[in-house]
Amino acid sequence: MSDISQQKRPFWTIARKDAAAGYLFIAPQLIGIITFVLIPLGLVFYYSLHEWNVLANTFTFVGDANYQMLLRDPNLPPVLLASAIFSAGLVVVNMSLALLLAVLLDQKLKGIVVFRTLFFSPVVVSLVAWTIVWSFLLQANGGINGILQVFGIEGPNWLRTPTTAMISVVVVQVFKNVGLNMILFLAALQGVPKELYEAARVDGASRFKQFRRITLPMISPTILLTSIITIVGSLQVFAQIAILTKGGPGVSTTVLVYYLYQQAFQFNFFGYGSTLSILLFVIVAVLTFIQWQMRKRIVFYEN
Amino acid sequence: MKTDLSPRLRVALYGLMCVLLIPFVFPTWWMVTSSVKPISDIFAFPPDLWPRRFDFSTYSRVFELQPFARQYWNSAYIAALVTAGTMVVSSMAGYAFARIRFPFSNTIFMVVLLGLLIPSEVTIVPLFQMFLRWGMINTHWPLILVPIFGAPSVFATFVMRQFFIALPGELEEAARVDGLGRFKIFWIIALPLAKPALGAVAIFTFLHSWNLYLEPIVFLSSTQMFTLPQALTQFTDAYGGAMWNVQLAAATMTAVPVLIVFIVAQKQFVEGLAHTGLKG
Repeated sequence: MSDISQQKRPFWTIARKDAAAGYLFIAPQLIGIITFVLIPLGLVFYYSLHEWNVLANTFTFVGDANYQMLLRDPNLPPVLLASAIFSAGLVVVNMSLALLLAVLLDQKLKGIVVFRTLFFSPVVVSLVAWTIVWSFLLQANGGINGILQVFGIEGPNWLRTPTTAMISVVVVQVFKNVGLNMILFLAALQGVPKELYEAARVDGASRFKQFRRITLPMISPTILLTSIITIVGSLQVFAQIAILTKGGPGVSTTVLVYYLYQQAFQFNFFGYGSTLSILLFVIVAVLTFIQWQMRKRIVFYEN
Repeated sequence: MKTDLSPRLRVALYGLMCVLLIPFVFPTWWMVTSSVKPISDIFAFPPDLWPRRFDFSTYSRVFELQPFARQYWNSAYIAALVTAGTMVVSSMAGYAFARIRFPFSNTIFMVVLLGLLIPSEVTIVPLFQMFLRWGMINTHWPLILVPIFGAPSVFATFVMRQFFIALPGELEEAARVDGLGRFKIFWIIALPLAKPALGAVAIFTFLHSWNLYLEPIVFLSSTQMFTLPQALTQFTDAYGGAMWNVQLAAATMTAVPVLIVFIVAQKQFVEGLAHTGLKG
């Protein structure tokens, strides 16, 4: 873009041709984002200011009425609480298990690739198939309680009791996807320079201390990145809830996405559903922003 | 740190890993074995790790109860189209953002990255209305267009960009001296080098499309049009109770082919994943 001053050159300089090629290359993606993300985001805000009666086919401006309704919705506090418990539980269990598995897989043991493959395998099992099997296992007379009974333990009706229902949806999701974070952590662990450990050993640092003082700081960028992906992903979990608990018992496992789906597509409250979408968007945006800010403070090392 | 494992520690580590494996492996095992149990044995006590009687009729029941072959085809062709389309769109966009200088490229990249912040769940209501207006409800268009061009492809574009940024510039310079245009440089020089990143993108995209659940149940209404995830939940008897063994047979047919492909190609799979731009 620098050669505007040069005279007598054809209009299509290399730089201009290049810029044109650049726009051409990104055009499908950019047009797609505008059409399927940005315009819908504008529309969802526009809808949230309207009362939309699908049956009577009326669409009337109501200002902030849907937002007033949001504040007074008796279901909203339990829904947000369920979302918070689900996301927090998922992130904590997923990240710690992923890290544990990655450390185990980082050991020099024969046949470790077989273990890696097996731990990773649920990631490639169809999500709904995986959820259906767990739903089958978690029935009152299902496989898990059958195994517990062999040991003389009377298992609960997992999916019909609020606490165990929440534990169940978290656990099913963790085992489905923890393999992804495990692989990312494993790659990060293998990227830590070995000399650092040698130096620490010379200084007589214990394994635990090496882990805390060397490994964790060195892989902190990966921890941050995976925690963002995991949290944002946890707010999108829908199929597991729909299949395992349908949000129940009561609203104990009704997370925000599921509530949004119910309001918009089961009860046809498109206006209020849009308001819930805005709430979901704000939560995702705020969480991502906080995590990026945390990067400056917590992440020790960045490549 | 890695070499000095005592034999006792080794045994302990193997033991720990075997115990940890149970919740990862047992469900798949249980799915496959229960799919060939007669319904009377399915909740037998004590649980049978190996079926005491085999009933393979569950597999033919799957095709009698639903147009399952059609649904399988729906899922397969949609996933194939979405994967191919995303590879084209994202490799081009990722390449341009990484290697071509044009005005506002960084601003546009930031706008595109917004797609990561706005999951499709947020925009599902207006997307439904848009496709309703375009007469595309109960067609596969929403399941094809949105993943290729919308929010789901942004992650792929990001991965491709990270890959192309790390590519040394000399190759392109040499090609340029030889008089190659941008498109040819991209097609002949850059893209063949990007096979690992493209592989990772293909895997991610395929799995994402294969697993979609919210979108199909919002956009599709007739069983002929259903995709597999949606179809799997439809195996119920006249009273709405789940027909577990038939359902698990359908689930097995959905899960096992992908699982086999994964086990055969697991090295490329896992390493492709680990060595893309994901590391930060």
